[in-house]
Amino acid sequence: MTTSAGTVVALRARAAAPSTTVRRRQGFQHGGWFVAPFLVLFALFVIWPLLRGLWLSFTDANISGEGARFVGLDNYREALGDQLMWDALGHSAYFTLLVVPCITVLAFLLAMLAHHIERGKWLWRLCFFMPFLLPSTVAGNLWQWLFNPGTGMVNHVLGIETPWLSDTSYALLAVVVCTLWWTVGFSFLLYLAALQGIPAHLYEAAELDGANAWHRMVHITLPMLRNITGLVIALQVLASLQVFDQAVVMMDFGPGPEGSTRTFVQFTLEEGFTSYRVGYASAISIIFFVLIAAVALARMWLLRNREEDGR
Amino acid sequence: MSGTSAPVRVEPRTRARTGTRVRKPWTTGQIVLTLLGAAVSVVILSPLAWALFTSLKSETEAVEVPPHWLPRDWTGQAWKAIFETGNITNWFVNSLVVSVCVTTVVLVVGALAGYGFARTEFRGKGALMGVVMGGLMISPAVLGVPLFTTVQQMGMVDTYWGMILPQCAPAAMVYILYKFFQGVPRELEEAAFIDGAGRWRVFLTIVLPLSRPSLAAVGIFTFISSWNNFLWPYMVTNNPDLMTMPNGIATVMNSYGIQWAQLMAGGLMAGLPLIVVFVFFQRQIVAGVAHTGLAGQ
Repeated sequence: MTTSAGTVVALRARAAAPSTTVRRRQGFQHGGWFVAPFLVLFALFVIWPLLRGLWLSFTDANISGEGARFVGLDNYREALGDQLMWDALGHSAYFTLLVVPCITVLAFLLAMLAHHIERGKWLWRLCFFMPFLLPSTVAGNLWQWLFNPGTGMVNHVLGIETPWLSDTSYALLAVVVCTLWWTVGFSFLLYLAALQGIPAHLYEAAELDGANAWHRMVHITLPMLRNITGLVIALQVLASLQVFDQAVVMMDFGPGPEGSTRTFVQFTLEEGFTSYRVGYASAISIIFFVLIAAVALARMWLLRNREEDGR
Repeated sequence: MSGTSAPVRVEPRTRARTGTRVRKPWTTGQIVLTLLGAAVSVVILSPLAWALFTSLKSETEAVEVPPHWLPRDWTGQAWKAIFETGNITNWFVNSLVVSVCVTTVVLVVGALAGYGFARTEFRGKGALMGVVMGGLMISPAVLGVPLFTTVQQMGMVDTYWGMILPQCAPAAMVYILYKFFQGVPRELEEAAFIDGAGRWRVFLTIVLPLSRPSLAAVGIFTFISSWNNFLWPYMVTNNPDLMTMPNGIATVMNSYGIQWAQLMAGGLMAGLPLIVVFVFFQRQIVAGVAHTGLAGQ
């Protein structure tokens, strides 16, 4: 799971107040028909699964969906006492803590580099962005191959013999490296676009005032990039918490050494599709949804506060 | 700045197009930066080179210890093998069918809905808008199991429909188009209404042509994410004939004793279409990714 555009938007969703000024003006009515096709799909594949998941989370449903009994809050009680769930949550959170700062800094540095080289801009952009065009699973396989202790290039180039994928202290780190390589291009593009959007006259004025390159960066570039940095971080937090693809592929669809790369999503799917405990898996999903929603809401709340402070 | 989608400038058009660009002299700073850029590019691209070289080795040479970059005996064996024995052409077609369908549906449905929310009035619009925004936080990663049971109920497990339709309700794309349509001057539409044009005609002949860049951005973004989508197809099908590229490569090719040369060849096959497309449509894609991202800003 990489940056989903869904989350992009959730972060700024509050600007969506409908304008009522032209209500009843000729030609502006009966808009329901425009929205209807989307709403049907949305209701079937977003709203209904959410409600259904909520209902299932109070039952002991299995994968066949037959003979489910209402069990109240049992699933939630079990989940909160389930060490495996906390471990999985811990892995996803730890992964997020490692990935987000690294990606933000790397993406910024790459964007600064690509922005300031005068020749061959398209080439740098292509090089830095290219890994993002691969499917997540291909990135996973590629790094599984690179991290292979004997035949892989990582150990060979570094001259070490680290058992990356089979040691509890390295396995998740290997997934982090793969993820950085694979997704940094997306944030890089966001930063690059933001850099190109900074008005040149700001720099010119600063130069007239005798500001050197360092001052220009600290007093113009960084403040102007504050919004985009917030966006990049928020997107990466939400995407990283949902990490799954590359991790399972690198670990041959297992949970990694001693379960050390079992992520939250993987845990949910194992409960649902391997243990067939759909009710329990739904409860975990709902917990996860609440967590994700809390992160998104926290970001919105932060933004609003900042705006009220007049920034 | 918030709430407005900043115009995305990819690079000054004139420099690339006019051919009369002024060659700036190489300064020390530029030389250092360019060398740095080259070094970084080598690091970033070396895994891909490693994949390519591995795919051109024989299976036995691929797993030799210690590893070496270039094949001693260049061979197309692995590439030949994946086309002759595997389902890779099948997966390729499936990926294409799924991605094209998803992109088409998302564009049509998303444009209609975005316009509906931006420019028409109907009862309950505000509430609906709120619900749609809430849906932004839901993805197959978050609600995979209930989504699967829903699709199962509809009898769409192991079908194209089951793979395609759940990818067709991205609230995010609706929101991006909604923001765009809000920016289209109302006067254009009102003039047409006065001339007696209907709502549909205005939408089709005035609004849509104006929104080509936004539609392109949304289309490109949707295509990339759908082509590369692994999780949902992985959940909804385990029939090798129905799998998409990322899915088939990850599950089938990984299942019976990995053949690394073939796996790398397959991986490159999965990535190649987007890379080729990227090389040709770089400007649009960069604008597209930046645009969809920045629209959320």
